[in-house]
Amino acid sequence: MMLDLLRRGTRLVWGALRRFFSSRAVRKFFSTPTSATGFFLVFAFAVIALLAPVLAPPRPGSNAYMIPRDSYLNEPQPPSKEHPLGTTSGQYDIWYGLVWGTRTAFRIGIVVTFGSALIGILIGTLAAFYSRVFGEISMRIVDIFMTMPFLIAAMVMTTVLGTGIDNVMVALIAFGWMTYARLARGDVMTVKNLDYVQAARAVGASDWRIITRHLLPNAIFPLFVMATMDIGSMVLAAAGLSFLGLGAELGYADWGQMVSFARNWMSGTVGSPLVFWYTIIFPGLTIVLFGLGWNLMGDGLRDIFDPRMRGSK
Amino acid sequence: MLAYIVRRLLLLPVVLFGVTLIIFAMVQMVGPYKRLSLYVSDATLAHIHSDEELVRLVHKYGLDRPIYEQYAGWLSGLFHGRLGYSPTAHLMVQDALVKYLPTTAELALFSLIPLVFFAIRLGVFSAVRQNTLGDHLTRILAITGWSLPTFVAGLLLLLFFYKWFPAGRLSVWTIPIVNSPDWHSFTRMYTIDAVLNGNWRVFLDALRHMVLPIVTLSYISWALILRITRSSMLETLRQDYVTTARAKGLPEKIVINRHARRNALIPVATVAGWTIAGLMGGVVITETIFNYPGLGRFAASAALQLDIAAVLGFALFNGLLLVSANLIVDVMYAFIDPRVRLE
Repeated sequence: MMLDLLRRGTRLVWGALRRFFSSRAVRKFFSTPTSATGFFLVFAFAVIALLAPVLAPPRPGSNAYMIPRDSYLNEPQPPSKEHPLGTTSGQYDIWYGLVWGTRTAFRIGIVVTFGSALIGILIGTLAAFYSRVFGEISMRIVDIFMTMPFLIAAMVMTTVLGTGIDNVMVALIAFGWMTYARLARGDVMTVKNLDYVQAARAVGASDWRIITRHLLPNAIFPLFVMATMDIGSMVLAAAGLSFLGLGAELGYADWGQMVSFARNWMSGTVGSPLVFWYTIIFPGLTIVLFGLGWNLMGDGLRDIFDPRMRGSK
Repeated sequence: MLAYIVRRLLLLPVVLFGVTLIIFAMVQMVGPYKRLSLYVSDATLAHIHSDEELVRLVHKYGLDRPIYEQYAGWLSGLFHGRLGYSPTAHLMVQDALVKYLPTTAELALFSLIPLVFFAIRLGVFSAVRQNTLGDHLTRILAITGWSLPTFVAGLLLLLFFYKWFPAGRLSVWTIPIVNSPDWHSFTRMYTIDAVLNGNWRVFLDALRHMVLPIVTLSYISWALILRITRSSMLETLRQDYVTTARAKGLPEKIVINRHARRNALIPVATVAGWTIAGLMGGVVITETIFNYPGLGRFAASAALQLDIAAVLGFALFNGLLLVSANLIVDVMYAFIDPRVRLE
């Protein structure tokens, strides 16, 4: 009996997976070189994040997110046996910082995107649903929030809140929800007047039920694409704040900080200007690949979900 | 047309008022003693030694009164051009902004040149030769630009080109020249002043220090402008009037330059506002990387020292800049595109 149920369950899941992967959209996603590359990159980073304790074992008894350092020597040291990618300013191990920084990056990207999407969708949907006064007011608020350059607004917020990864995330959410609100409002407005919503209203469905069961599921796909592209750019923004010294505490595994360690060594030494190349090349490459991965994937998803974009590329 | 412009102008103070509300709300998260620097009208804050003096100042500037009175007090200060005191600069914030503005303005102005001349051209080029090797290369360039953050790009440039294009603003040998009594400071933008003074060596030296920041700064907006120009151009090339122009037997060059490109640039004008926002955001990081003593580096170091008055002053300045830029874009838009006027 049990076994039978299990077998049937497995078959069901397997069938669904097979149908999913053989659907035209997904086949197209994976057969397009750019979106497949994007997916591969993101997947690779996810594996690195999961395997962090194996790839870069933390010293027992210490906080794994703090990068271990051999000494307090200022000058970076080139790649060696113990430090495969070398050490950066202050003897922080670059490999360790990048591997554990992947976890930080995913955390920032997912929390910030999820947070701003949630707030934006909530406000946008309500604005579209109760369109008149509330809609007008909330869209003007969106306009005002958009008046400030994103990075500068986030900078103000972290200055007020104090530095730290958590505060950076709060700041990025506080100034990142507006595009979702606009998009959600537009999508819900289009869906709102379709027949099936009128039908739901006619049979006496409550506002809440109409919003959650009928409007949102049909308006959510474009938002999904945007969120995918946003994860990359939010991580880049957070890294930028960390680079300025407003993000992670000193020694915390964070890509932006790894890059900021490189800052004072770019001029090299007399006669060999490139001598500290590893301090910027490895962290820089990691950040670029991460951003590129999400962007390519988002591009691919947009092609699938948005029929208007088909053929225009 | 006039009604349109007037409506936009009337909206301006409303939006700016909203910006001050948001900023004021954010600042409420810190205590009255930290907020004090926003209200003081002179440098007294730098000479405070006892808690009693602080308490007295908090009372004097009304920080113990109800919140709407505090807001009104702050707003009236803003109206009179008082933005508080910045311990980072040892100056009143408004004076600090004025001091650093020419340096940043010089950088931003020069950064617009490659944008206008190369990004738009490349976008048009890419669209006209859709799916050729040149198009693919351009698109790869754009998408890398999209994913390559300023601070990485800037440091890489510094790594490879530091020898020829050093960081900072001027070389050691140039500084005495610009500080000497013979030097006339017209704009405090060294390249322009150098031309006006007829000193080409200073001009070249100032320019040499600006090459890498300019490349870094314009690279941020490159990708965006290139992308939008390309897709807008592609759409325009499919329009009936372009087909008509071709059918009339006009040379391809005229079809593209006169018929298609002009119309394709309309959406590009809309993102001009964003470009300025991107530039100003980029200025903070770029100037920090290249140790270029402008508004951005000032704001970054102020933020590190939790110098609230300076960071807020910088943010307000940016808000004002962006709102005005958007206003100009909107008005220009009405001139370029008659459809907007008729709405």
